[in-house]
Amino acid sequence: MHGTFVPILKRLLVMECLIGIQGKDFVLLASDTASCRSIVSMKQGYELSPHAAANFTRKNLADYLRSRTPYMVNLLLAGYDKIEGPELYFMDYLASMNKCPFAAHGYGSFFTLSILDRYYTENITQDEALGLLNKCLNEIATRFIVNLPAFKVRLINKDGIQDLPTIKPQSNTVISGEFFCFI
Amino acid sequence: MEAIGHAGTCLGILASDGVLLAAERRNINKLLDEVSYSEKIYKLYDDMACSVAGITSDANVLTNELRLIAQRYILQYQEPIPCEQLVSTLCDLKQAYTQFGGKRPFGVSLLYMGWDKHYGFQLYQSDPSGNYGGWKATCIGNNSANAVSMLKQDYKEGETNLQEALALSVKVLSKTLDLSKLTAEKGNCLSGKINITIVIAYAGCCGVFRTKINIELDTLSFFLIGFESLYRNAALQYLTVPQFLFIYLFIY
Repeated sequence: MHGTFVPILKRLLVMECLIGIQGKDFVLLASDTASCRSIVSMKQGYELSPHAAANFTRKNLADYLRSRTPYMVNLLLAGYDKIEGPELYFMDYLASMNKCPFAAHGYGSFFTLSILDRYYTENITQDEALGLLNKCLNEIATRFIVNLPAFKVRLINKDGIQDLPTIKPQSNTVISGEFFCFI
Repeated sequence: MEAIGHAGTCLGILASDGVLLAAERRNINKLLDEVSYSEKIYKLYDDMACSVAGITSDANVLTNELRLIAQRYILQYQEPIPCEQLVSTLCDLKQAYTQFGGKRPFGVSLLYMGWDKHYGFQLYQSDPSGNYGGWKATCIGNNSANAVSMLKQDYKEGETNLQEALALSVKVLSKTLDLSKLTAEKGNCLSGKINITIVIAYAGCCGVFRTKINIELDTLSFFLIGFESLYRNAALQYLTVPQFLFIYLFIY
């Protein structure tokens, strides 16, 4: 499906977290609430490519940023293009945009970006990406003070958008003796 | 519509590996200062060009509008505008001038050639009413009906490459141009010689560049021969690149 996108829209309250990972032929998106949505738009008979849609969104965001009613929203935009393959765009409320292999928004990103950076490879498979996602979410469950109980996961590939099973991260907190000593 | 029928002939041919526009340039008066800008084929953006027949001043307004439409789209989407979308947007404007009072329509027909990722190479024609259509080979301007019927005979669908299209365009133009008028008005300026300027513009992965070649031919019968040698010498290196290719052919 040429140009299918799932932007995850988020309030600027960065308590929530969203993560995206792009592989060779797919993109994974995860969000702690059900704010994944599909925006397949038609204009003059042409489907917008993810690149065009991302730039369109960014342009609007930038224009509204300098108005009285700016959009206070961070988002990840993922899509699959027949020619370009999978694409993941990172955008924040200041209308900065980057095309990334992986990306995360919110406070959760402070805990997860390092993990993504360590374990991400260009040729990551879908299963490995899901494993990596689980790793990230467990880290959030362990270290982040806000409880985010469940993450919705969506997969975007050449066949369109699919829902994957919701992930309920496990906190792997083992408070060791040494740790207590320090306190 | 009357002005379009008298305007310099513009011809477009869609080939399997490209598309070309050829246009007659009619500044026959030797007193005319060639330094001033007098193009016949206008580049709209990286992947598209158009040629015009009709009232020149109206055409300038429309080409300006076309370039604005294309740039607006790029600004918004960071992607070149699909060819048909550009044509239809301009035709909306042309149509509006036929419907709303107080203004006269644009007296211009246009030929557009271009490339986009959706449909590859494309050729479009539009008229003052805002009608437009996609063509495999077509012609506007002076004596265009004859040229179209010639194209209908000679155009082989799907098996015309750029080289053959170029030869065909020269052949059709040489037979349909009003040459008696041309040579008579040229007088001793060129003393029976026909001066051809071919501008080749080629847009591909390495950007856009144009070259201009001037050749002089003794008579019209050498038209095609001259063209072939020219092709071998100068144009071959561009023509062999299976990328997007513009060929601008000016005859005057």
